[in-house]
Amino acid sequence: MENMKEKEQMKSLEDIFEAKIARDEKIEPKDWMPEKYRKTHIRQISQHAHSEIVGMLPEGNWITRAPSLRRKVALLAKVQDEAGHGLYLYSACETLGISREELYHQLHSGKAKYSSIFNYPTLTWADIGAIGWLVDGAAIINQVPLCSTSFGPYARAMVRVCKEESFHQRQGYEIMMTLCNGTQEQKDMAQDALNRWWWPSLMMLGPTDDESTHTEQSMKWKLKRKTNDELRQQFIDQTVPQADILGLKVPDEDLKYNNETGHYDFGEIDWEEFWQVVKGHGMCNKERISARKNAWDKGEWVRDAAIAYADKQTEKEVKEAV
Amino acid sequence: MKKNWPLWEVFVRSKNGLEHRHFGSLHAPDADMALKNARDVYTRRSEGVSIWVVESKNIKASNPDENGEMFEPAADKAYRHPTFYELPDDIEHM
Amino acid sequence: MTNENLIQYIYGIADNSLILGQRISELCGHGPTLETDIAMTNMALDLLGQTRSYYQYVAELSSKDITEDDVAFLRTEREYKNVLLVEQPNTDFAYIIVRQYFFDVFHFMLLKELENSKNVNFQAIAKKSLKEVSYHKRFSGDWLKRLGDGTEESKQKAQKAVDDLWVYTDELFHMTDHDKKVAEAGYGVDVTIFKTAYYETITALLKEATLNIPDVKYFQKGGKNGIHTEHMGFILSDMQYMQRTYPDMKW
Repeated sequence: MENMKEKEQMKSLEDIFEAKIARDEKIEPKDWMPEKYRKTHIRQISQHAHSEIVGMLPEGNWITRAPSLRRKVALLAKVQDEAGHGLYLYSACETLGISREELYHQLHSGKAKYSSIFNYPTLTWADIGAIGWLVDGAAIINQVPLCSTSFGPYARAMVRVCKEESFHQRQGYEIMMTLCNGTQEQKDMAQDALNRWWWPSLMMLGPTDDESTHTEQSMKWKLKRKTNDELRQQFIDQTVPQADILGLKVPDEDLKYNNETGHYDFGEIDWEEFWQVVKGHGMCNKERISARKNAWDKGEWVRDAAIAYADKQTEKEVKEAV
Repeated sequence: MKKNWPLWEVFVRSKNGLEHRHFGSLHAPDADMALKNARDVYTRRSEGVSIWVVESKNIKASNPDENGEMFEPAADKAYRHPTFYELPDDIEHM
Repeated sequence: MTNENLIQYIYGIADNSLILGQRISELCGHGPTLETDIAMTNMALDLLGQTRSYYQYVAELSSKDITEDDVAFLRTEREYKNVLLVEQPNTDFAYIIVRQYFFDVFHFMLLKELENSKNVNFQAIAKKSLKEVSYHKRFSGDWLKRLGDGTEESKQKAQKAVDDLWVYTDELFHMTDHDKKVAEAGYGVDVTIFKTAYYETITALLKEATLNIPDVKYFQKGGKNGIHTEHMGFILSDMQYMQRTYPDMKW
């Protein structure tokens, strides 16, 4: 009898909660929320945060080798922004009652996922252009709708992220543009980068709708506004003309504008590759995680020192007060 | 026993004349470092002229479960608002 | 004072910013916390920004048609005039902070003087850089106190870094013939005038950090004449990779 009553109460709380979201009201950290909402948000926000900080590594790989001072400072500022974005997102996640340390632990132990695209290597300077143009391009498509997601701290973090990220894609496209206006060697470098980053960028928008498990629930909670396939189509439609301007060829023999639909038709994505990389078999999975773990482990004595110093100062203040 | 860097809330005044607004949070070992980190994290694009930091645990927040008693009683006090009072249309300076 | 004197003098200042900026850049993404990572990158950006202002001025002074990037990337190792201190590796966070602090205090005092240069370019660069470097000095000094007076482990690491890097401090106050000529003309700075103040400042902070002052009689030198430690070649091969592999291209 009691149990029934509890269940009913829970049901009505959930109804009120869902109605609130449907009315476009935000959920704030201390508000009542279903456990599933909390867990889903911790998972998605932390994955997003992990992607930002793992994403620093492939680009960071080229900071010391950037070909001009102007490019060097722009790249540094971009990679630094990603650290900032990771920080905003971890903070948003922490409001749900999990610590950053715990989230790091999930990343380092391989329990948490991050965007698979960062497991591909950056081989030439053109890769830095291609990442800015394609990867940030795909990321923006994913992120802009999140500015109005239902969880307040996530939405606010995303507003800041999107505002700051607007220069990232331009930075990448400008690099590609310069290469494509350069020597044959530079054009080849740009084409090679597009060839290697095109398909992983398409995969970045997630598995096809029939393979995607969370879509319906995510739509309701405004973690998603469009399906993966819709986002992918949007990305392709806006990116192909940009490649045309560069004079580069998108590496897809089946790519063709469809007059009837007003969209580009495109070829088959190699989902086997996608799932293998997700499972940890990409070229750089191990390296990326060990770089993150290494930074954290090597920083432990530094963090401890700062805490010990702070404790000593507090003690001194207390003594002086007595 | 390991102690992690505590969490701090960051408030930034964008320009003089405006109030400090909550910008976000960060981790720091002490108040001095929190202030510096806040400068580096939240004002990279000249977003501020003044920063406050406060350790998150020192904030006492109202409980949303009590929102009814906290905030609803204010809702029916229409006489606190100028539109409550009826005046002739042609009256000026009021 | 010839143009060449002036250009060499600028290298003596700007190459420090470039090489230290490059060294800190290596750390981006690998810091002990995100917050520290972001702060250190800000310092790298400041230093590289300063470098660009100086090199743009060199390009103006040069009789050849060159850019800031030619100056930054296309010299040989012996032509870089940075002090040995800034090219020392990122051994651990203690080395990074001690290297930074030893340099920041010097850099601050140098810019304070350079602000009064008869040369308007130097005045302008110094004025802008001073604000940045005041912050660097505070950041590295605050961290050094925390490492020195933190845990037993951090104290040991900080002391080791101080002991190892102290030998590179004296060179900061060496003046080449170019430096002397530019200083005499009222453009450059006679760095020897603040040597005492420099050691007083860093000694006081090391004491506050409960660290010992190394007892060193023999100091390392060479960078100002282009004679570098073995680290320099690797810094340059990394930094110059693109320019050397693909000559004469725009990026």
